[in-house]
Amino acid sequence: MTEESRNKTHAGKLGYSFRRHMHERLIEALLLLSAMLSIAIMLAIIVMLVKESFVFFQHVSVWEFITDTQWTPLFDDAHYGIMPLVSGTVVSSLIALLVALPLGTIIAIYLSEFAPFTVREMAKPFLELLGGVPTVVYGYFALLFVTPMLQIIFPELPGFNLLSAGLVMGIMIIPYVSSMTEDAMRAVPMNLREGSYAMGATRFQTAIRVVMPAAFSGIAAAYILGISRAVGETMVVAIAAGMQPNLTWNPMEPAATITAYIVQVSLGDLPHGSIGYQTIFAAGLTLLLITLVFNIIGHILRKRYREIY
Amino acid sequence: MKRMNDLEEIRIIIGLHKRWDLIFMITGIIALMIAVLTFMALFAHMLIDGMPRLSWDFFTSFPSRRPESAGILSAWVGTTLVMLVTAVAAVPLGIGSGVYLEEYAAKNLLTEIIEINVTNLAGVPSIIYGLLALGLFVYQLGFGQSILAAGLALALLILPVVIVATREAIRSIPVSIREGAYALGATKWQTVSDHLLPYSSAGILTGIIIGLARAIGETAPIITIGALTFIAFLPPSPVKSEFPYISFEWLTAPFTVMPIQMFNWVSRPEEAFQLNAAAAGLVLVVMTLAMNGLAIYLRYRMRKNIKW
Repeated sequence: MTEESRNKTHAGKLGYSFRRHMHERLIEALLLLSAMLSIAIMLAIIVMLVKESFVFFQHVSVWEFITDTQWTPLFDDAHYGIMPLVSGTVVSSLIALLVALPLGTIIAIYLSEFAPFTVREMAKPFLELLGGVPTVVYGYFALLFVTPMLQIIFPELPGFNLLSAGLVMGIMIIPYVSSMTEDAMRAVPMNLREGSYAMGATRFQTAIRVVMPAAFSGIAAAYILGISRAVGETMVVAIAAGMQPNLTWNPMEPAATITAYIVQVSLGDLPHGSIGYQTIFAAGLTLLLITLVFNIIGHILRKRYREIY
Repeated sequence: MKRMNDLEEIRIIIGLHKRWDLIFMITGIIALMIAVLTFMALFAHMLIDGMPRLSWDFFTSFPSRRPESAGILSAWVGTTLVMLVTAVAAVPLGIGSGVYLEEYAAKNLLTEIIEINVTNLAGVPSIIYGLLALGLFVYQLGFGQSILAAGLALALLILPVVIVATREAIRSIPVSIREGAYALGATKWQTVSDHLLPYSSAGILTGIIIGLARAIGETAPIITIGALTFIAFLPPSPVKSEFPYISFEWLTAPFTVMPIQMFNWVSRPEEAFQLNAAAAGLVLVVMTLAMNGLAIYLRYRMRKNIKW
C-alpha cells in the first residue's frame, strides 16, 4: 500500500460518509418512532374511550348519566346513573387513603429523619416488595382474612363490604406514598436541618416544621399518586367489596366501584357493540378523566418542587 | 418573652422536647410494623391454606370442577406465553424511547410532550389499558381474545417502567464516557450501542424485571379483554416436528393466566376452591417476590460495584 492510498482510506473513514450518515439518521428515526409510540398509545386510549362512549351517550343523555341514582344497565329496566359506582369508588378510596396517607407519611418521616442506616436499608427494599405483591392476592387477603377478622368486631358486617377492601387497599398503597414522600424529604438540603438543629430544635421539630414544609410539593405529589392509585385499583374491590352497584356512603355495605363494574361485565360474554359493551367504555372514560385530573395536579406539583432549590 | 437563665428549666424543656422525639420514634416503628405484620399475616394465611395443595399434580393438572384434582397447568403455561409476548414488545420499544429521550431528543415542545405523556401513562389505571386492548386489539385489529392481545396490553402497561429505568440508567453514566467516544470519532449510535447501553444494562435489566413482575400479577387488563376463566387445554405448541419447526399459532389461542385462575377460585363459594386459590396465590407471590428481589439485588450490586 502506497503512502498516498493509505491517506485516502483514512480520509474515507474519518471524513463525511454518506452511508454512515444515512445509517445514523435511520436509527435516530427508529428511536424517535418508538418514543412517539407513547403519544400514540395515549391518543388511542382517548379515541377508543370517547368513540364508544359517544355511541353510548346517544342512547343515554349525559344528564341522566350524572343524576340517575341507579346503575342497572344489564337489567330489563335499565338505568344508567353513574353515581352508585362513583360513591363506591369514593368510599373505598377514602378508607384506603385514611390508612395509606398517615401511615405512609409517618414511615417516610421515620425512615428519612430518625431511622439508623441499617434499618432504612432493610425497610426500603421490604416496602418495595410489599408494593410488588399482585393485587389479586390482596383481594384474597381482604375477603378471606380481613373480613372475618372485622366480623369479630362488627358481627353484622356482610361478607362483601367496602371497609375491608378499603383497608387492604390502603396497606397496598403505603409503599407508593412512603417511598415518594421519603425521596422528597431526602432531597431537602442538609443545611436546612443543620440550621434548625443549631437553633436548638429536636429531630421531631425539625422534621415537622422544617423538612416537611420544604418538601411540601413533593409530598403532595406523592399523596396525589396515592389517590390516583386508590381510584384506579381494581382487583381488591372486585373481590372483597362485592359487585352490586349500590348508592351508599356507608363503608359497612357491599357496593361496586367503577373498576369492579368493568370487571363484572367483562366476565360475562357481552356482544361487541351492544349497549352493555358501550357502558364499560363510558365508565372507563369517567375513570380516566378522574385519574387524569389527579395526575395533572401531581405533575404540576412535582415540577414546582424541582424548582425550589 | 420569658428569660431562661435557670439551667434546670432549660433542661426540663429539652427533656420534654426529647420525649416527643421518642414518642415519634415509637410511632414510626409501629407504623412500619403494621406494614410488615400485614404482609406476614397475608403470607402466613396463604401458606397455611395453600401449602397442602402444592404438589406436583397441582402444577401438571388442568382446572377441574372437582377442587381436589384441579391444577394450574393451563394458567402457568398461559402466563409464560403472555410474558414472552410482553417482553418481546415492551423491551425494544421501552429501551428505544428511553435512549431517544436521553441522548437524541432536543429540548423542544415535542420532547416535553413525550415526557409529560410518559408520566401520564404511568398513572393510567391498568384496567384502562384493558379497555384499549379490548377495543383496539381484540376488535379493531381482529386479534381476538388471544395471547397476542393480552401480551400487547401488558406491554403497553409496563412500557413507562422500562422507559424510566432506561433513562435513569443512561443518565447516571458520566459525560466523560461520551466525550471519550466522540473524541475517537465514534458516531452517536456507536457511542450509544458500544458504550452507553452496555454500561447501563444492569439498570435497564432491573427495570425490565420489575416491569415483568408487575405484569405477571396484573389481572384487570386481561379480564377486560375477555380471557377465559376455565381452560382445560393448552395452546398449540410453538415447536413443531416438521418444517419450519416453529409455529406462531399459539399467539391467537385462547388462554388463561395465573391471577385469573386465582380470581376464579376466590370468587367461588366452596371452601375447597379457596384452598386452591391460596395455593395459586402462593405460587404467584413467590414468583413476583423472587423477581422483585432479584431486581433489588441487582440494583444493590450495581451501586456497590460501579464507581465512575
